[in-house]
Amino acid sequence: MTRHFDQELQDLKSLLLRMGGFVEKAIEQASLLVIRREPWRFKEIQQCEIQINLLNKQVDHLCFCLLAKKAPVAKDLRFILAVVKINADLERMGDQSVNIGYAGVDYIRRPMINVTQEMSDMAEKVRSMVKDCLDALVNGDEQLSRLILDRDEIVDQYKARLLDYLQDLMVHDRSLVESALDLIMIARNMERLADHATNIAEEVIFLTTGQDVRHPSLVDKGGSQ
Amino acid sequence: MELIAVKKLEAWFGVFQALKDINLSIQENEVVALIGPSGCGKSTFVRCLNRLHEEVPGARVAGEVWLDGRNIYAPGVDPVGVRRGVGMVFQKPNPFPGMSIYENVAVGLRLGGVSKRTVLDEKVEQALVRAALWGEVKEILKRPGTSLSGGQQQRLCIARALAVEPPVILMDEPTSALDPISTAKIEELIQELKTKVTVVIVTHNMQQAARVSDKTAFFLLGELVEYGATEEIFTRPAQEATERYITGRFG
Amino acid sequence: METLSWRRRSTNHLMLSLLFLGGVLAAVPFFFISWYVLQKGLGVLSFEFFTQTPVGPGQTGGGMANAIVGSGVMLALASVLGIPWGMAAGIYLSEYGRGKTAAALRFSIDLLTSVPSIVVGIFIYGVVVIHFGFSAYAGAMALAVIMLPIVARSTEEILKLTPQHIREAGLALGLPRWRVILRIVVPGSRAALLTGVMLALARVAGETAPLLFTALGNQFFARSLSEPTASLPVQIYNSAKSGYADMEALAWGGALVLVFFVFIINLLTRWLMGMKWN
Repeated sequence: MTRHFDQELQDLKSLLLRMGGFVEKAIEQASLLVIRREPWRFKEIQQCEIQINLLNKQVDHLCFCLLAKKAPVAKDLRFILAVVKINADLERMGDQSVNIGYAGVDYIRRPMINVTQEMSDMAEKVRSMVKDCLDALVNGDEQLSRLILDRDEIVDQYKARLLDYLQDLMVHDRSLVESALDLIMIARNMERLADHATNIAEEVIFLTTGQDVRHPSLVDKGGSQ
Repeated sequence: MELIAVKKLEAWFGVFQALKDINLSIQENEVVALIGPSGCGKSTFVRCLNRLHEEVPGARVAGEVWLDGRNIYAPGVDPVGVRRGVGMVFQKPNPFPGMSIYENVAVGLRLGGVSKRTVLDEKVEQALVRAALWGEVKEILKRPGTSLSGGQQQRLCIARALAVEPPVILMDEPTSALDPISTAKIEELIQELKTKVTVVIVTHNMQQAARVSDKTAFFLLGELVEYGATEEIFTRPAQEATERYITGRFG
Repeated sequence: METLSWRRRSTNHLMLSLLFLGGVLAAVPFFFISWYVLQKGLGVLSFEFFTQTPVGPGQTGGGMANAIVGSGVMLALASVLGIPWGMAAGIYLSEYGRGKTAAALRFSIDLLTSVPSIVVGIFIYGVVVIHFGFSAYAGAMALAVIMLPIVARSTEEILKLTPQHIREAGLALGLPRWRVILRIVVPGSRAALLTGVMLALARVAGETAPLLFTALGNQFFARSLSEPTASLPVQIYNSAKSGYADMEALAWGGALVLVFFVFIINLLTRWLMGMKWN
C-alpha cells in the first residue's frame, strides 16, 4: 500500500537533495577560488549559501509539521529525525564554504605558498565525500556510508600534514605568516566539511538500520547502541 | 518479577484457530500493550488470561498460563476463582444496570465476603479514588452508575475492577468508545495504576500503545509476531510486518 | 410538470387521509366501550356494591364484593404460581437456551400461548376439578397456565436485550453464571420484567372461560380456597344473562370495575417502562 505520507517524505528528501546540490556547488566554487585564485567565485558561493539557508528553513518547517501531524514511528520517525540532523549539517557546510571563500579571497591578495597540490587533493577528497554521502542518502546505501566513515581519517591526516608544514613555514619566514594563517583557516574548514559529511553518513546508517554508530567508544558504557 | 507466563497458548472458536502457539512473559507492574489488526487474536489473548474466552459457545483453549506461579489452565482450577484475581475493563463502559455507583464498586467486595458497612465504605472510596472518579461522584454515590457520562462510566468500571485489589487488570480497548479528554484521563490513570498493578491493554490506537505501555506485543493472524520494549517496537521494530503495521503501510 | 405534481400531491393527501381514518376507526371501539361501560356502570357503583354479595333474583341491592375478592385472591395465587414458573423458563431460554432442546421448548411455549383459554379450563377441569372439586386453587391454576407462556417469552425477550458485555463484566468479576443472572442481569431489567408480568396479569384478569370450569362461581364469599369461588368475569357473565334488570345493572358495575382495573395496570406498566432506572 502506498501512503500519502510517503509522497510527503519523498518531497522532504527532494528538498534535502537540492540543498545538497547547492552545498556541493559551494564547496566546489570555494576550492576553485583558492586553487585557481579566482576571487569572482566568492559571489557564486554566496548565491549558493542564500539558497541553502532558504532550503534549510523550508526543510525544518516541513519536518516540524510532519512530526506534529503524522506522529511518525519506526522507519518514518528515524527518517525525519535523520533529515532534521542532515539539514543542520548541510546548513553548516554552506557556512563553512563561505568561510573558505573569505579566507581564500584574503589569501589570494597575499604572497603565495606552494601547497596548491595538497590543497587541491584535500579539496577533492572532501568534495567526493560530500557527493558520496548525498548519494548514500538518496539510495539508503549503508555500505557506501560505512566507507565514508573511514575516509574522514584521510582528510584529518591531510589537515595535520598541512598544519605541520605551515607552522614550520611561519617559524622560518615571518613574511608568510598571514598567508599561512589563511591557509590554516581554509584547511580547518575543509576538515570540518568532511566531519559533517561523516555525520550525514552516520545518519544514513541510522535511518536505514536503526543503529547508532556514533562514538563507538561509548557503546560499552551504555551511552547508546 | 515475572507475574504472567504464557506457554504454548492456543485458542479456538469452533474450528477457527484464533491463537497459535503464543509464548510471552509479563513482569510485575508493567503496562503491556497488545496491538494488531482486527481479528488478529489480541482480544482473544486477554480473554484467555482470565479464562473468559471459554465462556463463548464453542470456544476452546490449550496451553498454559501461569499467573503468580499458578497454571490457571491446570485441571481442577475453577475459572470463577481465577477471575476474582484478575480485573477486566471492556470496550464499552458497562456499569451494571439498575445498580448505584456505590453498589457497582461494592459488588465484587460483597462477593468476596466483605459485608461490614464501614469496610465497604472505605474500600469503595479507595477504589474510586484510585480510578480518579471519587471527586466527581462522592456526592452522588446513590445514583445509578448508568447516569454518569461515558468517560466516568469507564472509570467506574475501572474502580469496580480495582476494588478487590487484583494484581492484574486487563483492558480490552478501554477508550475506543470515549472522547479524547476521557481517553487522556484513562491513559493518565493507567500510568498511575502501574505502581501497584500490572496492566494488559488491547488497543487499536497505536499512539496510545506508544504512550502508555512499557512493552508492546504485535499480533497478526493469531500469532505473536513481535514482543519487546515499546521504545524498540516504535523506533526500530525487528520484524518487517511490525514495521509495516505501525507505520500504516499494511495492506 | 404542474399537473403531474398536482396529481402526486393529491394522491398523497388521499392516502394519508385514508390511513388517518383507519387509525381513528381503530380507536373507536375503545372509546365506545369506555363510554358505554361508564354510562351503564357508574350509577351502580356504591358502597354496597363493594361490600355486599349479590342478592337473589328479583330483589334490589346487593353487590359484587365476593367476586372482587375472589378475583383478587385467584390473581394473586395465579401470580405466585405462574410468575416464578414462567420467569424460570424465560431465564433458562435466554441464558442457556441453545440447541435443539431449547428450540423445541421455545416452540412449545409459543404454542401454549395460542391454546384457547377455554381449552386450558377444560384441561384443569379434567386433571384437577374432577378429583378435588371446584376451587380457587383450580381457578388459579388455569390462570397460571395462561400466564406462563406470556411471562416466559417476555422474560426471555427482555433478558436478551441486556448486552452480552454486561454478563461478561459480571463473569470477569468472578461471579458464577447463575449469580450473574440473578444479581446483575435480572435486577438490571427489573422494570421491564415487571412490565411483562403486569401485562400477563392484565391479560388473565378478564378471563371467563377457564374459570367457569375451575372456580365455577359462588353467590357468597368462599370460606376457603378449596371451595367454589366467585370472580368478576364469571359474576358479570352470570348476572348479565340472568334476565333481571337489577342484576344486569350490577353486571355493568362489575364490567366497569374490571375495565378500570385493567386500565390501571396498563397505566402502571407505562409508567414503569418510562422510568429512568431501567
